Amino acid sequence: MDGLSAFAPQAGADEKNETVGGAALSAPLLSVENVTLEYRAPGRVVRATQNVSFDVWEADRFVLLGASGCGKSTLLKAVGGFIAPREGQILLDGHPVHGPGPDRVVVFQEFDQLPPWKTVRENVAFPVRVSGRMSRKQAAERADYYLEKVGLSRFADAYPNTLSGGMKQRVAIARALAMEPRVLLMDEPFAALDALTRRKMQEELLHLWEEVRFTLLFVTHSIEEALVVGNRIALLSPHPGRMRAEINSHEWDLNSGGSPEFQAATNRIHGLLFEQPETAGDIRA
Amino acid sequence: MTDLSSVQVAPAARPSPPVRPEYERPLEPLAADSVDTVLSLHQRLWQRAWLRKSVILVALALLWQVVATVQGNDLLLPSFTQTIRAFVEDIASGVLPVRAMYSLDVLFKGYVTGVVLAFLLTTLAVSTQIGRDFLSTLTSMLNPLPPIALLPLALLWFGLGQGSLVFVLIHSVLWPLSLNMYTGFTSVPETLRMTGRNYGLRGLRYVFLILVPAALPSIIAGLKIGWAFAWRTLIAAELVFGASSGRGGLGWYIFQNRNELYTDRVFAGLITVILFGLLVENVVFRQLERRTVAKWGMTR
Repeated sequence: MDGLSAFAPQAGADEKNETVGGAALSAPLLSVENVTLEYRAPGRVVRATQNVSFDVWEADRFVLLGASGCGKSTLLKAVGGFIAPREGQILLDGHPVHGPGPDRVVVFQEFDQLPPWKTVRENVAFPVRVSGRMSRKQAAERADYYLEKVGLSRFADAYPNTLSGGMKQRVAIARALAMEPRVLLMDEPFAALDALTRRKMQEELLHLWEEVRFTLLFVTHSIEEALVVGNRIALLSPHPGRMRAEINSHEWDLNSGGSPEFQAATNRIHGLLFEQPETAGDIRA
Repeated sequence: MTDLSSVQVAPAARPSPPVRPEYERPLEPLAADSVDTVLSLHQRLWQRAWLRKSVILVALALLWQVVATVQGNDLLLPSFTQTIRAFVEDIASGVLPVRAMYSLDVLFKGYVTGVVLAFLLTTLAVSTQIGRDFLSTLTSMLNPLPPIALLPLALLWFGLGQGSLVFVLIHSVLWPLSLNMYTGFTSVPETLRMTGRNYGLRGLRYVFLILVPAALPSIIAGLKIGWAFAWRTLIAAELVFGASSGRGGLGWYIFQNRNELYTDRVFAGLITVILFGLLVENVVFRQLERRTVAKWGMTR
């Protein structure tokens, strides 16, 4: 496979001796430390995650994987700054995260994340401009650059309502990349797409990563998608979300789909996620 | 499953599809001749909304003319042609334009003030809990109150003249518009809100760059309702009093001519009121919608 600049510090070395050099070892880019998240439901407080910790390193494709209810999306929103942790802290470049900001851009699952009153180009250029880093012209140029990367140059002047679901997600990805964030956060970005488009988008995302080498934090509930997209996967158990395991998946790509090793990895993750080692004495918050 | 096993069909009797040979072949080239059937002239014309509506208007005018001729009493129902004659005469003499301008002037003042107030009130309501309660209490109290019912009070406070009219106009615009705006703001999708905050937008920039455009369909609907309420209220209020120091609007024109039994002029005044209504609805708001929410695919 390609040269991997991102790897797991503990487990990476003994498996394959690829690229164990580099400054990336010095400190993680994003640290989630003992984070407990809670949100208010009518009449009660629901604990979404409990004491979750993980580190994301520069150029990682870090996947949060779990069944629904494991708090993975809530965790992503906490990293995005939309929810403050009840306990613990989230550090980006060593500084705690307070509120949403353009250094952590989220690509959502929903298609309505694109303001419908802006053309595709404006949709990509607008956040670059309002986050106060570039003039209108520079922002438009950068928008065109990233739109070309996702193959949407022809649709730069179209309004989002004329685009298909896959194209809308491409615009959202171009927009996120154009803001050149420290971390790109993706909340099941391909879950609302049909299977064929989803596969194509996964492929394109990996190509983009090859080119741009952004840092990605990716939420999914699909084991296959996690193995293909990520280089490291955090497995979360539901109700509330707790860390079950962190495993490496840098050896898999879209071509390893049918192989017996891939099947074995899938089964291993399945086992980790759905076997319940602890008994019914488990107290739910 | 239970069904099948209980019935015990002989295996040979169950239908099974035949195994057919597979094939792969190169794609057929695209058909060159596109099937574009041209609609007939009559069908194309009938697709134009303005034409269909004009036909309806002409039919109504004809009906009016016939009824008026049959009835034969100018005092009760002047014919369409008589009304048009009076209309043209008063436009030429400058009476109607002056009256209309006066009405529009008052309307503009009241409408704009109402819109600004509605915006402030809704911004307060979306940002604070107490603002929300304030808005919902006030709208549920005052929205059902007919503006004309406030006119006696307005006259007491602001005297005969524009002040009282503007007051009732504000009242007629403010509540329906606030309700619509508030609904619009609250129905902005959560994802879009988070996107806006993700850009680092806060405060008024967030409201103007994200919430207002996202809520525009509701805001335009509110502006339309507010406009209709205001126009109606204004004409009615002018009918009740309306003239101060020899000046008055369209309502006053109608009232005055009814007193002098110029029924054709009464109709001419009514037509002017209707024309302004049509103009604002079909030109101003229609264009506004076409250039914004319709183009963006937010409404059809």
